[in-house]
Amino acid sequence: MIFGIDVISTLLGGVAAGMVLFIVSVGLSVTMGLMGFVNLAHGGFAMIGGYLIVLAMNRLGMPFVAALAIGFVVVAAVSTIFERLLYSRLYRATELDQVLFTIGLVFMMIASVTLAVGPETQPLTLPTWLQGQINLGFISYRTYSIVLIAVGTVIMLGLWLGFERTRMGAQIRAAVDNRRMAESLGINITRLFTLVFAFGSGMAALGGGLGAEFLGLDPQYPLKYLVIFLIVVAVGGLGRITGVFYASLIIGVVDFALKKYLPQGGTVFIYGMTILLLLWRPQGLFGKST
Amino acid sequence: MSATDLQNHPAARALAQRHRLRVWEGLPWLLALACYFAFPRYLGFGTEILITVLFAISLDLALGYAGIVTLGHAAFFGAGAYTVGMLAKNGIWTEPITGLLLGAAVAGLIGFLSGLVLLRTAGLTLLMLTLCFMGLLEESANMGADFTGGFDGLDSLPIKPIVGMFEFDVLYSKTQYLYVLAVLFVCFVFTRTLVYSPFGHSLTGIRENTLRMHAVGAPVERRLVICYTISAAIAGIAGALWAQANAYVNLSTLGLDRAATVLIILVLGGYGRLYGAFVGAFVYMMLEHFLSKLYPEAWQLGLGLLLVVIALFARGGILGIGEELRRRFRGWRNKP
Repeated sequence: MIFGIDVISTLLGGVAAGMVLFIVSVGLSVTMGLMGFVNLAHGGFAMIGGYLIVLAMNRLGMPFVAALAIGFVVVAAVSTIFERLLYSRLYRATELDQVLFTIGLVFMMIASVTLAVGPETQPLTLPTWLQGQINLGFISYRTYSIVLIAVGTVIMLGLWLGFERTRMGAQIRAAVDNRRMAESLGINITRLFTLVFAFGSGMAALGGGLGAEFLGLDPQYPLKYLVIFLIVVAVGGLGRITGVFYASLIIGVVDFALKKYLPQGGTVFIYGMTILLLLWRPQGLFGKST
Repeated sequence: MSATDLQNHPAARALAQRHRLRVWEGLPWLLALACYFAFPRYLGFGTEILITVLFAISLDLALGYAGIVTLGHAAFFGAGAYTVGMLAKNGIWTEPITGLLLGAAVAGLIGFLSGLVLLRTAGLTLLMLTLCFMGLLEESANMGADFTGGFDGLDSLPIKPIVGMFEFDVLYSKTQYLYVLAVLFVCFVFTRTLVYSPFGHSLTGIRENTLRMHAVGAPVERRLVICYTISAAIAGIAGALWAQANAYVNLSTLGLDRAATVLIILVLGGYGRLYGAFVGAFVYMMLEHFLSKLYPEAWQLGLGLLLVVIALFARGGILGIGEELRRRFRGWRNKP
């Protein structure tokens, strides 16, 4: 019985972490799948969003939910400018150029945040209604983790419906599968790119704020979590929302369990697993083979 | 057109002469030697630059010539460094020159085995795989603390004097500087010969158009694996030199930091150009040395801006800008 509760609490913690991974990475997956753009600066947008949210709460006294909304909107707007002015010039460039460009952006983001706010970690104080424990009947668990799971599930369902059931979602899927064909059918790809990029960056900002409590928030954030975001996207398959969702949950749970039961060398396992998986299925666990 | 006309055609002449030594090619070596006499107090820093040049050359071979986009090249630098470090610390092998060869062999072997599987992929998958492979090595080095010293690394490595005569002195890097310069020279001559050989041409072909190289019957995968192995071995030599010159080795030799830095250095100088590694390493390390301690944020901001500008406007790096200027100048001079 004790063992069962231990397993369940590990699962819950892992799933909650996985939800944050999902919210941050889903935009990266769609931008990479749709535009074929290796965007290493995606974590940078998550960091900027996280900073906006935490600062809005700590310095302006804004409530958590309002701060999250502000973070989403501001980062989405800023990333639209980035996309139109800079990213769009490199859609046809080589991967190397995209990697360099986005690493450069990450450096600039890190330096700007350090100059503007300072190098120290920004603490996120959760509102009282999210603190403490909640009784689920069979187990009592951290309220915030349960809320994260609920929020993540709702977002997943919303994105899935939007992706599968709306005209816009159909256009995105068409463009992921065959960009030239979609273009010849009159889909405005340029506009689609901008919208998707802005939305994905906004989601990253949301994830940055929601995850700030346990991922921490300091200027090195985009580099620290770069590899794990990329792993989620690569494992899930490019441009597949459900794929990213499952991959996030798997990696969230595995990472959480390894940190708990095998604090030394847990990361080795994640790297090894990713290498084997990508060698077996280069298109990712849930991606379509080409 | 007769055969002699064809031979005298400018394009044919350029192709036949592209491997010939040019006058200016002696310049970096003369400068490096001059620095030995001119700046005896900065030889430790100079040694660091020379090692970085060698590391960047190894990446140039894989990235600039064969077009293998990797983010994990520090894996091989670290493999070489840890080979020397672990052998020396346990008193198994402390002779420096054979130590370099051992470092090269281990790094080359790792490069060969990983290349054999990783190079079947391309693009984003390859990028991810190289990144994860380096992470795997880094975490293993972190975990195997009994052998690698874990997070602290291994220090005060006992390295024997070179050919039994020239002692390494950590505080006064005279020996290290000349030693590294000599090794760099040998490796450079090897790499230069390699890239101008038919093998090197086939690598360029693979970079420019893999499909066509398949079509003309070139063994693309085998060539890539060989190139990757050689590149890894040279990176291993650079790492081994680093461990010997500093008499320590730690996790910084195989992290993402080092891998990203060498990539930036190579691109800054200009990749696929051999001498880009020299220019990039010199400019980057000088700027870093004098700016990063005074204004760390401004340095990072400027570096980021530089990368963005290079990616958007100056893909050939500093040497590329030089070539472009020369071309424009010629065009302007040749106008009637």
